[in-house]
Amino acid sequence: MVTYGCTQPPAADRLTISGPFEPISLDLAKAGYIFSRLQIVETLVDIDNQGQLQAGLATAWDSNPDASVWRFHLRTDVSFHNGSPLDANAVVTSLRIALNKPAPFDQQIIANVKAVDAHTVEFQLHSSYRPFAAILTNYTTAILAPASFGSNDRIVSLIGTGPYQLTEFDPPHMVSVSRFDGYYGAKAYIPYVDYITGHRSESRALMVQGGSADIVYNLDPASVQLLQQTANVKVNTTPIPRTILIKLNLADPLLDSVKVRQALSLALDRQGIAEGIMHQPGVEANQLFGPAMGIWHVNSLPPPRLNLDRARALMAEAGWQPDSTGILQKQGKRFTLSMVTYANRPELIVIATAIQAQWARLGVALDVQMENASAIPLGHVEGSLQTALMARNFANIPDPLTVLLADFSSPAGGDWGPMHWQDPAFFAQLKQTTQATGAAYQQDVQQLSRHLAQSLPMIPVLYYVQQSAVADRVHGFSFDPYERSFRITDMVLQP
Amino acid sequence: MKNILIKRLLQLLMMVWSVGSITFVLSRMLPGDMAYRIAAGRYGDDAVSAAAANAVRQELGLNDPVWLQYLHWLGELLQCNLGTSLVSGNPITAELQHQLGYTLLLAAAAMFLSAVIAIPLGLICGFRANSWLDRGGLLLSTLLRSQPVFCLGLLLILLFALKLSWFPVAGFNALAHLFLPALTLGLSLAALSNRVIRNSTLRVSRSDYYLFAKIKGLSDWQTFKRHGIRNIALPVVAFMGIQLVGLIEGVIMVESLFAWPGIGHALSHAVFSRDIPMLQGTALTCGVLFVSINTLVDGCCYLLDPRSNRTC
Repeated sequence: MVTYGCTQPPAADRLTISGPFEPISLDLAKAGYIFSRLQIVETLVDIDNQGQLQAGLATAWDSNPDASVWRFHLRTDVSFHNGSPLDANAVVTSLRIALNKPAPFDQQIIANVKAVDAHTVEFQLHSSYRPFAAILTNYTTAILAPASFGSNDRIVSLIGTGPYQLTEFDPPHMVSVSRFDGYYGAKAYIPYVDYITGHRSESRALMVQGGSADIVYNLDPASVQLLQQTANVKVNTTPIPRTILIKLNLADPLLDSVKVRQALSLALDRQGIAEGIMHQPGVEANQLFGPAMGIWHVNSLPPPRLNLDRARALMAEAGWQPDSTGILQKQGKRFTLSMVTYANRPELIVIATAIQAQWARLGVALDVQMENASAIPLGHVEGSLQTALMARNFANIPDPLTVLLADFSSPAGGDWGPMHWQDPAFFAQLKQTTQATGAAYQQDVQQLSRHLAQSLPMIPVLYYVQQSAVADRVHGFSFDPYERSFRITDMVLQP
Repeated sequence: MKNILIKRLLQLLMMVWSVGSITFVLSRMLPGDMAYRIAAGRYGDDAVSAAAANAVRQELGLNDPVWLQYLHWLGELLQCNLGTSLVSGNPITAELQHQLGYTLLLAAAAMFLSAVIAIPLGLICGFRANSWLDRGGLLLSTLLRSQPVFCLGLLLILLFALKLSWFPVAGFNALAHLFLPALTLGLSLAALSNRVIRNSTLRVSRSDYYLFAKIKGLSDWQTFKRHGIRNIALPVVAFMGIQLVGLIEGVIMVESLFAWPGIGHALSHAVFSRDIPMLQGTALTCGVLFVSINTLVDGCCYLLDPRSNRTC
């Protein structure tokens, strides 16, 4: 075994990637994110680094004036991995099945999908929806060949259109792909790619250090520090459109006042959390959408600073005074809150306990509960949630307008959005923005972001950065901030 | 021997029913809404929502009465059907074959390495009890045993993968990937089993019958072969059987560290996402394995010492 194992150099024609993602099934609703990243499947619409939509399997798209009917014009030179051509019927079959499964957008907006001609697909919506094209960037809407589906529309083999085709699937630990020579676009350089699930960040760091993997994703701060001192590895840091936020139940009498929410925000030492926990100075969030979100990020907002005196003053203005134990109280009621967070992102529980200590200095007693992520939407629906610390992904659908329309357009809010937020002025402005275009749209968008930063229906804490490590033999690496692709086709292996 | 097998077969049937039923009841007593948990397991944290949970609830009939769900499970079990995973949708038998198969491979390799390390070391220490070698063995065993298996694995990675480049750090698609996780577990097991072997050897080597065999003129090797091996092996086989059972259910940290597929990881995920068929299937299979291993150990003990039949 020693002889067998001794220093096998990495294969010159095979790239090995490791991340924490566990592909459990061929179903795109469950594991499409990994098949999209491995460039096996493609969507009708693509995104660039700035979140701007660009051609995917559709070269162009247009809508009627009220944006309730959309037509997508397909590429004419695309073949699936089994050699069958991509046409409108195949797209309609694939999307009809996809739209019957859960997805991170509201499928109910779509009334019908049909083929207009061999290369044009038409979507009829129930009402006007301007950011519709952005929805078709989501991995759940990737297009599969009709031969992919078995009985009950179950995906029995993954036949996509991407530059790589699936060769081996060993759920939830391994996916192997090989270059698809019939790809319509630029051919990939690397013939074979393996994705291996690496459960622990420490293991992934050691894998890239020891040559067992060429690229590893989602590294923890301690591993990054180790890898920065490793000779044959480079660390890549890219801001991504994900923000750590505190979700608040604004129907709770403790949290319905803007002054109280501002005080809670001012009592956060974001700098301490960014430097002490995340080892990432500069990621402190002063608004919902981070710098990776283009026009939705307001550059002119002041940086978030801890200001305990101002926070105490705001609490006093709201009628809260410390009792003999230092906890704020008003009319005999103490300011005690509970905060739900979840374990899948290990930093969240550490940040939650830091917030517990920071809010204690303001006189707020916080009880932190570690749960499954599903406790947040469940608590929202049941109305039992008081606060929650969560990492909201704004990259699922790259246009934040879709997020605002889904979660911020009514007092009901969204599962991962605000809760019982009553702000008719914002709702009206949001409605107006859906009709705006060009410069007016940009202006409206900035106003919406500014409004959210001031009225704080959710308290932003930190922006996320993605930390990856890449072996020296990999050239052409870049990180897709929207996490849709590993961009393997741009990479070359050189000894 | 026949008695042992009949007894164990009855135990097996009772175990299958009771483990499955207890898992069914316990998993439904866990806090949280099952539909939301399953939706989170299926679609990931970013996509879990009330709509996804409601779709799951409807698809899986989670609103049906619990007794109906129990009877449904029991009916399927009688047809030897473990069902499909609520999360991945794959047949439980396929999931178990993949995950448990890798765990068994790792456990077998770990037991082999453990035996290779522990048997010679334990025998030498036993025959030379209280020598510097025995004391050194005790110190080393204590040091190894007091290390969390995760730390031991990390140290082995640093030495064999990063420093010497003899073996890959992690992975599972080549034989070379098996060595470091197996050695981690093997060392941890050998740390204890070599002391059991040492004590058993000491007990046998100082017994009257062993001394008598030497006095009557047998050589050291002949004495060991005729009177030592069987008597030393008896408690060791029983102890290693228990170790193997513990291995199958307790290798999750090693599986995680070495990115090795395994039942420990699958089981923890099944608990988090309330994948009840997976939980039941795993518990049942582990139960069957434990009974089988115990039967095998009892059989070995019987062959080593047929007098034990009287106690069966």
